[in-house]
Amino acid sequence: MLAIIKLECVRGERRLFSNLSFEAAPHTLLEVRGQNGSGKTSLLRNLCGLLPPAAGAIQWCGKDIYTIADDYRSHLAYLGHLSGVKDELTASENIRMSAVAAGLSASAEQIDAALIRLGLRDFRDSPCKALSQGQRRRVALARLCLSVTRSLWILDEPYTALDTAALAVIKDLLESHLEAGGIVVLTTHQEVAITARATRRVELGQ
Amino acid sequence: MNDLSLTAALWTVGSRDLLAAMRHRADLLTTLIFFALVASLFPLGVGSETALLRLMGPGVVWVAALLASMLALTRLFASDYGDGTLEQLALSPHPLTLLVLAKIGAHWLASGLPLVIIAPLLGLQFDLNADAQLVLLASLLLGTPTLSLIGAVGAALTLGVRGGGALLSLLVLPLYVPVLIFGAGAVEASAAGLGAGAHLSLLGALLLVALVFAPWATAVSVRIAVE
Repeated sequence: MLAIIKLECVRGERRLFSNLSFEAAPHTLLEVRGQNGSGKTSLLRNLCGLLPPAAGAIQWCGKDIYTIADDYRSHLAYLGHLSGVKDELTASENIRMSAVAAGLSASAEQIDAALIRLGLRDFRDSPCKALSQGQRRRVALARLCLSVTRSLWILDEPYTALDTAALAVIKDLLESHLEAGGIVVLTTHQEVAITARATRRVELGQ
Repeated sequence: MNDLSLTAALWTVGSRDLLAAMRHRADLLTTLIFFALVASLFPLGVGSETALLRLMGPGVVWVAALLASMLALTRLFASDYGDGTLEQLALSPHPLTLLVLAKIGAHWLASGLPLVIIAPLLGLQFDLNADAQLVLLASLLLGTPTLSLIGAVGAALTLGVRGGGALLSLLVLPLYVPVLIFGAGAVEASAAGLGAGAHLSLLGALLLVALVFAPWATAVSVRIAVE
């Protein structure tokens, strides 16, 4: 259960949003909408605990996320604008190493399954610098397949650079995560219909 | 989070950096060649007076090692910061202090240890005897990890700053001074027949202090950088 109470975000001299409150129970998809520069990414970074908010509180199961920092992070999977994919490593090394560093278990079978699911089977041993932008994004998203035990997924523009096949896979992943009781917070400019028991929209910059 | 998963995470973070370093071997060679070049410039500049060179040798090798290790520092976090890996590390449920320590360890193995290994070769240029060589090796072995640890704080603080490289050297070089004094001093003391024990103990003490404080300060700086 994620609760945002009277959140305010200031970047530089500008107040991006203030007095923002909402809640997200399990099975909820939360879409953050708004124009460029309206503070979507800042809000998501607030929610991850990367960027302390100017005012207000973010609570996970009734506790402030900054006081339960390590515990909160063990419930969290985040994918930002930067995908966290290292050019020197191969696709499978990238997936395995980022998962283990994030405290997830990653067996060879799980990694293979993730690679196959995202259509990267033929690229498992290619260095990521040889992959296209969309393929790199797929490598980053493959980490989500290993993050099913994390209940809160925070995704910043997850659909960027993806083709329709990959889009369908992500839609599928998100829907099964939501069905299993997860919470997904995402920003997007694209209309992708995701079936969830509860869908909420947060409009920024109004 | 259990201990097993923490050990696995630390091991993975370290080996990821080593693997990336091995696939960028040119960078490692740059550091080594820089080290050899700087140390070789001194005999060319001050002339080939054997007694003088023998006197200067330890200090020159130490200054060269210090500059070379500083040159490698920018690689410690810069690429991780650029591609988002650092952000993901900051979001790991494992303590960032330890994850950062694993990164520093890998960085030292890839850029500090090679310097220690080729140092005796440069010592030969300055006609250091076997005893002095041994002390030089020991002092570098104790000193270079301290350089990496102190440097990591500077590297993390200058992340995302324009012209960070120059700022990094201004920040870090003054902090390297004690390591340089005791490192070069150890070799000189042993050459003077005083024994290097005291200097080496002090280098060891510096390493322990850096081992306690530097990873913590680096982790705090990393959190600020990924804000």
